[in-house]
Amino acid sequence: MSARLLAGLAVLLVLLLAAPALLGGYGLSVLILVLYFAFVGQAWNIMMGFAGQLSLGHALYAGLGGYVAAGLYFHYGIGPWAGVLVAIAAAVAAGSIVGYLGFRFSLAGVYFALLTIAFAEFTRIGFDNWSWSGGSGGLFLKVERGVTDLANLRGGPVLFYYVILALAAGTFGLCHLLLQSRLGRYWLAIREDAEAAQAVGVPVLRCKMMAVMISAALTAIAGVWNAFYYNNLFPETAFSIGRSIEMTLSPIIGGLGTLGGPLIGAVVLTSLGELFTSVGDMLGIPGIKQIFYGLALLAIIMYRPAGLWPWIAKRLGLERRL
Amino acid sequence: MSGATLELAGLGKSFRGLRAVHDVSFTVPGGSIHALIGPNGAGKTTIFNMIAGVYAPTAGTVTLDGRRISGLRPDRVCDAGVGRTFQIVRPFKGLSVLENVTIGALQRQSKVDRARAAALAILERLGLADRAHQLAENLTLPDRKRLEVARALATGPRLLLLDEVMAGLRPTEVDVMVGFLRELNARTGLTILLIEHVMRAVMALAAQVTVVSYGEKIAEGTPQEIVRNKAVLDVYLGEEEVA
Amino acid sequence: MNDFLLALAQAVAKGLLTGMVYGLMALGLSVIFGVMRVVNFAHGEMMVVGMYLAWAAFDALQVPPMLSLPAIAAVFFGAGYLLQRGLIQPFINRPEHQQFLLLLAVATLIANACLAIAGPDSLTVQLESRFDSYEMGPLVLDTVRVQAAFVALLITALLWLFFTRTRTGKAIRAAADNHMGALVVGLDVRRLYAVTFGIGAACVGAAGALMIMLVPVTPSLAPDYTLLAFVIVIVGGLGSMTGALLGGLLIGVSEAVAGLLGDPALKSMFSFGLLIVVLLLRPQGLLGRKETR
Repeated sequence: MSARLLAGLAVLLVLLLAAPALLGGYGLSVLILVLYFAFVGQAWNIMMGFAGQLSLGHALYAGLGGYVAAGLYFHYGIGPWAGVLVAIAAAVAAGSIVGYLGFRFSLAGVYFALLTIAFAEFTRIGFDNWSWSGGSGGLFLKVERGVTDLANLRGGPVLFYYVILALAAGTFGLCHLLLQSRLGRYWLAIREDAEAAQAVGVPVLRCKMMAVMISAALTAIAGVWNAFYYNNLFPETAFSIGRSIEMTLSPIIGGLGTLGGPLIGAVVLTSLGELFTSVGDMLGIPGIKQIFYGLALLAIIMYRPAGLWPWIAKRLGLERRL
Repeated sequence: MSGATLELAGLGKSFRGLRAVHDVSFTVPGGSIHALIGPNGAGKTTIFNMIAGVYAPTAGTVTLDGRRISGLRPDRVCDAGVGRTFQIVRPFKGLSVLENVTIGALQRQSKVDRARAAALAILERLGLADRAHQLAENLTLPDRKRLEVARALATGPRLLLLDEVMAGLRPTEVDVMVGFLRELNARTGLTILLIEHVMRAVMALAAQVTVVSYGEKIAEGTPQEIVRNKAVLDVYLGEEEVA
Repeated sequence: MNDFLLALAQAVAKGLLTGMVYGLMALGLSVIFGVMRVVNFAHGEMMVVGMYLAWAAFDALQVPPMLSLPAIAAVFFGAGYLLQRGLIQPFINRPEHQQFLLLLAVATLIANACLAIAGPDSLTVQLESRFDSYEMGPLVLDTVRVQAAFVALLITALLWLFFTRTRTGKAIRAAADNHMGALVVGLDVRRLYAVTFGIGAACVGAAGALMIMLVPVTPSLAPDYTLLAFVIVIVGGLGSMTGALLGGLLIGVSEAVAGLLGDPALKSMFSFGLLIVVLLLRPQGLLGRKETR
């Protein structure tokens, strides 16, 4: 990594650490949203950008994660730091099933994507009818005002901000390390040419499964954070295809398979979202915000199909990849 | 590392009724260089693919030093010590030359920096070290062929399968590759099996040649015997002088 | 027991009729996806626009959907042709995720344009014949449903004739089968693709015009229809017109039977379960040909 890039990251980190002091309530909530989408986008990026598998059902892992941890807290008082471990286990199990079925039966592209959608939808309907998770009525966590409890993730936005900052930063660090590792190299090879990779000894199936499991685990953590931040869960939204699609936007727009992509994508998309929401409110036409949003997506995919990050990186003279 | 002995026994492959390869048997003793020749469509690459694990044979077996490798997945075959190149080269285009070979080297070295060092050493032996950081997709064809060989070598094989590695090379380039392979074989005892149409290379390298046509073995012998074999001349080599 | 059997038969009949319209919708996707491998995530949105257009024709001009259908189909053909030519063509050989995002953006635009213009409330077409029914033995079938099914079948038949008897139709099938071969024999593949998309769009528009006779329309229906179309096409089999129709019928019947048994969730679970099974065991679908990779 170049010295310039490191310096830039250091400055960014300092700014982010100081953000609650610098920004007001609204600004902080936007920043929280950015970091959330950067985090969950990076998690999805691992499966798509690195293992090359298009998943449009990633809400399955976030939803499972959220429900498991929230459910354990709601019913048994088990704190999220322990609950998250169970949540990860559940998501990894689900991911393994989806991944295994997909790879074993050689599903690729659209077919695999449809498989992931089917599993998410199936689970959504299942949770709709399961009383332990509150059914379609939803699961609600008690909000305790004025309490700051890190162990149970009860508290104000600042608490959640630092947690999501740590998670996002941690994930970026993890991905950077992964890419430098043997597994990461293997992923790059598989992405380029899976058959040629196999011929030089790359265990393609195992590497793809690792990508799926890591991606599922991280997404589950995001789901846990989400559940405790918003304090409610509904199957209708937690497992929805809309939620799944949301997770894919930042990395695709930002740049698949790159480290900076999900962050840039999250920044751009969240800013645009907020901008269009205010403009939309001003104009008062229903759906106008989404129209602008759709136009922006269209423009980006048409003119920068590889994503914004590669273009920005080239402008700034930074490294070609990661 | 000395080479492994390869044995094909009664090898056959049918694709939904189409018989591509039928009852092919031959042995490549450890440390020797063997050529597999024949007209296009004779089933040579299919035989390679069965050795390399891309296809499972529908009949017969492939053994390496007595251990059965037929039916294993390609990465397990590579674990067993087989390296292969493709007829149409398949470099990892978006990665650099060095990164390409490093991925091969990771087969023997689990630490990335050690693998990279081993990869660099192989690139030097193949004369590609000066292009180590170039993207593979920007290489010329002869360089891509050398990259393909380097990457396969990096996996530390005891048997190297070369599929028409001379195709598209000029005579001087062929001689360079022949020289490299001969030296490699002499120095390390690596077993080499090559599919070739370039007879110049076959004559210069192979100790034994197997000829296949329409999926069946029609002749086997030294290069000198093969070029005088009537069946081979009829089916493949024709009347011309072979260089 | 007899009552239940009768109710079941009634539900199956209703499902078969509705299923024809679903089949027509899915046919549009089968044509688009089957020929060009474009993942049309805007399929449901296109369907909804068809429904809105038919509603508008009825509301403003008192033209019933079956009469406005040809005009709507023509408009959809033109719009689809232009959309493909202008926007989608460069994305044909791009990776799936880029196609998906492109069509997602298009879908978002269409759905929200509908929302902006027509509002979120559901709109219905109140035909005079909506309370009429045909009697077929013990079964009572809604007239509108029978009419819609009949038209859907008719359009399907016309399409079949087009693809098997006309030069353009055969050229499209050739291009679908073998892109390179089509280019080599001099077919203008780009134009063929645009025509194909136009036809697929026309199918969806027509299906929408028929569907508004059966259910009310809101913008939020769109994603469900997209998913439904994909399920039908995958289950029925790519590149098979009968497959799309069969898939539509299957889904229509399962929906009606689930409605009878009282649990709408069952219908979705059946569809998705079927999709999973088909994806794993028979990805070419019930009637599709095996793809040569």
